[in-house]
Amino acid sequence: MKIEVLGTGCAKCISLEKVVKEAVAKSGKFAQIEKVDDIMKIMEYQVISTPGLVIDGKVVSTGKVLSVDEVLALIRE
Amino acid sequence: MWYELSKEFTYVTLGLEGKFADALHFFIYDTAKIWFLLITIIFAVSFLRSWVNTEYVRAHLQGKSSLYGHVGASLFGIITPFCSCSAIPLFLGFIQARIPLGVTFSYLISAPMNNEIAIAMLFGIFGWKVTSIYIILGLSVAILGGWLIGKMNLEKEILLDVKPMEGELSASLVKLTFKERTKEAWSYTADIFKKIYIYVMIGVGVGAWIHGYIPTDFIASYTGEGNPFAVIIAVLMGIPMYSNAAGVMPLVEVLTSKGMLLGTALSFMMAVTALSLPEALILKKIISLKLIGIFFAIVGSGIIAIGYLFNIIL
Repeated sequence: MKIEVLGTGCAKCISLEKVVKEAVAKSGKFAQIEKVDDIMKIMEYQVISTPGLVIDGKVVSTGKVLSVDEVLALIRE
Repeated sequence: MWYELSKEFTYVTLGLEGKFADALHFFIYDTAKIWFLLITIIFAVSFLRSWVNTEYVRAHLQGKSSLYGHVGASLFGIITPFCSCSAIPLFLGFIQARIPLGVTFSYLISAPMNNEIAIAMLFGIFGWKVTSIYIILGLSVAILGGWLIGKMNLEKEILLDVKPMEGELSASLVKLTFKERTKEAWSYTADIFKKIYIYVMIGVGVGAWIHGYIPTDFIASYTGEGNPFAVIIAVLMGIPMYSNAAGVMPLVEVLTSKGMLLGTALSFMMAVTALSLPEALILKKIISLKLIGIFFAIVGSGIIAIGYLFNIIL
């Protein structure tokens, strides 16, 4: 599983990355977490409000910091 | 309601009297009133917003006529969230969807100016009349400013090469249950409130101090009819204050009650929200300094014109 956090270095993006790390640790799954801050790559995902969350190439959330439980639910889907 | 509660608390529960008690009463009353309105309005706006996100606005504005584009972008600016940290993806995303540069600017002017914190503070302090004037004039600046920028053919001032996307985006409203919307709106409201409640207290506190100790003549001579440059100075002073809108507005209230003209006050508040230095620094990464200069000059002169117009009419 590959999880990408999209964001150009705003405070919210950093919080989302933390949440994702925590959620992955809790889930016990093996996942590769990547922070994407290249704006052109973010554009390719059609995301215009950061932070964005992408799981296995699919955009699952934009513009907000999810809670650990919400991310867990998304990982388990 | 807040007035009676605060009065009861100060004079009866604490048993205070005199000047200090009056000041404390004013402080408690004002803080409680503004906090209450902030929570209510931010909750209402974020609840509405749970249907419409920025992606929806982009899809909705794609391929629309110029008039519809400018007006629509400015109106959407009222309810959609705006954070200067996502100004870049937003800007490039609009251009990528072939939304004209001018329409993109209409949105970029309106979104921070009509943010829910500014509206809630204005409503709490000045009432609905001044708030509506602020919103209507703010929309006019966004529509006309964006339109002017669009007329100037500045597309080459975008520093990155954005490839226009093909085809149409489909606009779909966000699907959530009522409970999820309420939960989301509430957590957003709590988040914002935690960030700004202290600034409201400081603002009201300093306001109360000015109210009690700085003579009216002093303020009136600098910010009232005695100073023809007051509006321009107010706008220049407003530029670096974006993040503190919540703290600045209670001060403006006191200044107006002491003789600052309402047009000057309006210009100042618009400059605080619409012309933000951090936003300009962020945008500098993707658009030329020339375009940023034009953007600030157009919005700045619009706001100054509004200030003078109001000072003459009212």
